Amino acid sequence: MKILVIGLNHRIADVEVRERLAFHGGKLEEGLLRLRELPGIEEAMIISTCNRVELYAHSQDAGKAAESIKSFLAAFHQIDRAALDRSLYVYDDVDAIRHIFRVAASLDSMVVGEPQILGQLKDAFEVALSKKTTGVLLNKLLKKAISVAKRVRTETKIAENAVSVSFAAVELAKKIFTDLSKRVFMLLGAGEMAELAAKHLITNGVKDVLVSNRTYERACDLAREFNGRPVKFDEFINELVRTDIIICSTGAPHYILTKAQMQKVMRERKHRQVFIIDISVPRNIDPAINDLDNVYLYNVDDLQEVVDANMFERRKEAEKAERIIDEEVETFLRWLASLDSVPTIIALRERADEIKREELEKLFGKLQDLGPKEREAIEYMATAITNKLIHPPTAALKGDTENKEQLVAAIRRLYGIDGERDEE
Amino acid sequence: MGIILFELALTFYFAAALIGLTELFKESKTTSRIAFLSTIVGFALHTVSIVHRYSTAGHLPITNPHEATSFFAWCIVLIFFVLQYRYKVSLLASFIMPIVFLLMLSSSMLSREIKLISPILQSNWLGVHTVFAFLGNAAFALAFGIGLMYLVQERYVKKKHLGSLFGRLPSLQTLDEINYRLITIGFPLLTIAIITGALWAETAWGSYWNWDPRETWSLITWFIYAIILHARLVAGWRGRRAAVLSMIGFVTILIAFFGVKLLKKGLHVFL
Repeated sequence: MKILVIGLNHRIADVEVRERLAFHGGKLEEGLLRLRELPGIEEAMIISTCNRVELYAHSQDAGKAAESIKSFLAAFHQIDRAALDRSLYVYDDVDAIRHIFRVAASLDSMVVGEPQILGQLKDAFEVALSKKTTGVLLNKLLKKAISVAKRVRTETKIAENAVSVSFAAVELAKKIFTDLSKRVFMLLGAGEMAELAAKHLITNGVKDVLVSNRTYERACDLAREFNGRPVKFDEFINELVRTDIIICSTGAPHYILTKAQMQKVMRERKHRQVFIIDISVPRNIDPAINDLDNVYLYNVDDLQEVVDANMFERRKEAEKAERIIDEEVETFLRWLASLDSVPTIIALRERADEIKREELEKLFGKLQDLGPKEREAIEYMATAITNKLIHPPTAALKGDTENKEQLVAAIRRLYGIDGERDEE
Repeated sequence: MGIILFELALTFYFAAALIGLTELFKESKTTSRIAFLSTIVGFALHTVSIVHRYSTAGHLPITNPHEATSFFAWCIVLIFFVLQYRYKVSLLASFIMPIVFLLMLSSSMLSREIKLISPILQSNWLGVHTVFAFLGNAAFALAFGIGLMYLVQERYVKKKHLGSLFGRLPSLQTLDEINYRLITIGFPLLTIAIITGALWAETAWGSYWNWDPRETWSLITWFIYAIILHARLVAGWRGRRAAVLSMIGFVTILIAFFGVKLLKKGLHVFL
């Protein structure tokens, strides 16, 4: 039996290639069903996100299966086969298992540790389940991958620190203030990054929003968008007395807030903490303001440094995650080995003998005055019954069937051989 | 029996302090739980040892340096629990339990003999004065720890270098508020302790104020915390300055408590 991963991700293929190979919307189900129909493919699943397109398959002959999957991809997306071959990776067996675990745990993501991939993987698995294109092996593998991802998330700090500038701003705000929902926030100016940071602050609890802009109409528009209140640009300094968080991103070529002005503001607000994020280039807030007590001023570079440091931490945590994955791959391989038919035949026989012996002991315990002859007869009968009962499954296991793993798994479950319960 | 209880409490506090310190580098739920549990066990044993000594001596066991230091540590742990119940400040144990352990260690090295106490101490003032004094000082000890945490966190945020404790330390505002809260609790207790001390001095020595070193240092302490409260209310002094001042305040307490004793002068001879 072979597990196979064929696909591409952000690292080896640029966005145009990924787009051309993507399975959008209805194409996913269509592709999935056609993939499952390919000769030699016993189970199949497709995951298609903006950063990766991967096909997972279970087949007896990996070489042939890989060939037919590649041809299928080329035909399905109408891409030149030679060009396709260059931009695909193929993993089988241990490598395939490890790859799927790493994808689920977000170790293979563009931003290592980002949480979306697990959801996307679950969705893709759901689709495969609803189309019944997966079976015992892939089901077990995907469930395991999901639980491995959860384990990585709880046992490492891989997703702990912010790795984008706007999230870093929120993270800092939370370490300056106790409760963001009681803080007043002012958006000064506009711009993509500033508005994104503003949105993050609001989703993290900030309610009281002020918006100021050189053009008052723009301020009104943004205020509506953020459910806040517009403030005239030449009056914004007056509002600073009650403002705790400021994001500044105006196009002004000079400082719009000087140290002297801020000093006055701080006296009036009794030195309550202020967090200022200056995203503008050139800077709009006098950097010397950071020297004032209880004022914390960050510009884009400062935030970027925080992000870089966090990225470094994540990479360290990723090493821990890799060790967890090694462990889990081992566990999965052990389960896979148990699907071999010979040990199952032996285990089945042992299980039957065990039951027979127990029952005989019980019976002989109750009927003390049986003679040796009768005992022999009863034992003979018990053996005959167990043999007859386990003959059909044993024969089936010895025979040559296509879905051997499924059969083995079913028999192990029906006869309670493993005693092992699934963690899910 | 009393000695065994005391030594056991010391051991459990030691474990809690040690785990607390290692948690500055690496934290896990299990170790935090073990540390908190050993603090609880240590505190229970400590309490029993104090009660046991009380019943043996027949008076409040706060009459010699060994007893006083031990009682001081007990008060700190008590307020630590109250604070954790109310605020759940992560990493607080790492900053407080080492102080508790050091106090207990110095207590363990002082003479534990139960002596006949001088008639001056055989007074109801003993309980009132000392209990208020030590509860107040314990609140200030926690303010010291919280202030230190504030300074660490503040330095990270100000210098834009988010060190390893950044994620686990509470927010600046939270630490600042707890620091202030502790001082508003400690200050009236200290005030009462000074007033009851003066009244006691009047009955014992015939004058309210004798300018012995401990009285002087306590007055300095009182002024420092009065300044913190005043500056906060009037000028809005908060944050780093308040944290630094609250730490200086605790240093004067330690001088008043240990330093004065080392000089072996003054009227507070028994402590």
